[in-house]
Amino acid sequence: MGDDILIRTENLTKRYPMGGGVLVALDRVSLEFRAGEFAGLVGPSGSGKTTLLNIMGSLDVPTEGSAVVLGERVETLSHEKAAELRNRHIGFIFQTFNLLPVYTVFENVEFPLLLLGLPAARRRTLVMQALDRVHLADRARSKPAELSGGESQRVAISRAIVKEPRIVFADEPTANLDAANSHGIIQTMERLNRDLGTTFIFSTHDEKVIRYLRRRISLVDGRVAADETLTPATAGGPA
Amino acid sequence: MLLRLAWRNLIGAGMRTALNVAVLSITFVAIVGTLGLLEGFNRQTSRALIEGEYGGGQYRHPDYDPLDPISLPDAHGAVPGAVQRQVEAGAATAILVVPGTMYPGGRLRPVVIKGIDPAQRLLDMPTTALAASDEAVGEVPALIGTRMARSTGLGVGDVVTLQWKDARGTIDARDASIVAVMHTTVPSIDQNQVWVPLAALRQLAAMPGEASLVVAAPGAVPVGPGAWTFRDAEELLTDVRQLIQSKFAGSAVVYLLLLFLSMLAIFDTQVLAIFRRRREIGTLVALGMTRGRVIRLFTIEGALHGVLAVLAGALWGTPLLWWVSVKGWELSSLADDYGFALGSTLYPYYSPRLVTLTMIVLLAATAVVSYLPTRRIASLEPTDALRGRLT
Repeated sequence: MGDDILIRTENLTKRYPMGGGVLVALDRVSLEFRAGEFAGLVGPSGSGKTTLLNIMGSLDVPTEGSAVVLGERVETLSHEKAAELRNRHIGFIFQTFNLLPVYTVFENVEFPLLLLGLPAARRRTLVMQALDRVHLADRARSKPAELSGGESQRVAISRAIVKEPRIVFADEPTANLDAANSHGIIQTMERLNRDLGTTFIFSTHDEKVIRYLRRRISLVDGRVAADETLTPATAGGPA
Repeated sequence: MLLRLAWRNLIGAGMRTALNVAVLSITFVAIVGTLGLLEGFNRQTSRALIEGEYGGGQYRHPDYDPLDPISLPDAHGAVPGAVQRQVEAGAATAILVVPGTMYPGGRLRPVVIKGIDPAQRLLDMPTTALAASDEAVGEVPALIGTRMARSTGLGVGDVVTLQWKDARGTIDARDASIVAVMHTTVPSIDQNQVWVPLAALRQLAAMPGEASLVVAAPGAVPVGPGAWTFRDAEELLTDVRQLIQSKFAGSAVVYLLLLFLSMLAIFDTQVLAIFRRRREIGTLVALGMTRGRVIRLFTIEGALHGVLAVLAGALWGTPLLWWVSVKGWELSSLADDYGFALGSTLYPYYSPRLVTLTMIVLLAATAVVSYLPTRRIASLEPTDALRGRLT
């Protein structure tokens, strides 16, 4: 694997038992992602976007084929090794934000750093930097219940990038947001991608997000229907 | 870190945590409270028996068995030399036991006549009253307890006829004058007992220098009693200890039931927490927590209920239990009729050992019950958990 290739999947297949039959969620998907990409898995519901994201995020394993993420073969990783990979190098952003409700904004963002065992002073610096990047430093003491949807997702972004991971997977990050917030969120992620060099991989069927992508991988029925590199002319801001 | 997170989650659960902690703390205080009653029973009874009857132990004539009235006529003999020297040194006191009959108000009543040195100080009995009597009128001075006085209708100054068989088998009788009525919590030195001066009984029963038992002073070093046997206070208290053990075993069922119900609440809370927080579990795993750490987090969270319950129990239970231990637990008059050396009030005793053991049992049970439901997390697929599903 080349130095700048972070993820490589080969003939990745995922099948689920369903009723009396089998549902093929991914069908021989072969892809490569390089450092610094701002890419999206695009397709309708059930096309396999989230499944692919989960496997590349070492949250799931393929039925067949292989996924090598940062040099680690996902299908052979133990639970502990997979957790360590996620802990050190991977950030997640979820459609439903998934903030821990009893913690403050600061503590939510601090959580991955606690898992890394960083000292308190270092944690504080990194958390405030991460919150500052999403313009939420002044909400550090708030609880998730006190935040709007857009603010919650920005906290989730902050939590994903606080440990400066190599890759951030975002599963439908704008699905629960209105248009203005969606643009705000995607612009924030684009800026972080540019400033930090973090690779962002989305699953989305939101046109507002798709407009910002620099690479669009279209999935249909678990297969890669198209893999397009978008030119600066097609990528861009809001319409 | 897990402790801190668990603590935050626990506090964040609000009313659910408060209710569980309240139930657990009631269980904790209830167990300590009731076991404290048994321990108080044990201490109170033991102390009363040691002070009033057993002393530091008893040297017994080979035929002396206080529970066998048939053997009593033969249960007397010369006190062994080494034991007699202890008696003379004031480290022991001899008691002669002679079965007899009393005729209070003309009615026949079997009694045990006991001779004791009026000058003895080993047993908590007002025997000095026996020394102050005037034998010139030919009446034997006698000391009885309040129970005996109540059941016979006798009081200080009353004269009652005593009858006994002497060493030669001759039936003899003499009037006895009640010189004192003692209040004692020990029924076995009161009910059907008549205490007279040792020297007088030895003379009346033709048993010079003889005794049935010798009570040693607490802390006295036992000497070789020859044909007699020595039983220390612990051995003499065996029956009381066994009674308390049986009471404890009986009560344990109630405590276990109480503990079981509390643990059921914790178990239910844990099961519910895992069900309600499955998306959170998925998030924790996605953020890089191993399933083992998630299991530990939930287990600590559950176990912390026990810690909080102990703290809460200490907060409201300490003043309550202290108050009960000072004021005591009023016993009905029936308690005295069961033969316990308790008196009318039972004072509970909460030993550090009792509190510590109860605390350990509660904490251990809470930890185990908290852990059991979390094993399900081990088989939980993070992708399902993130979708809010349980696998």
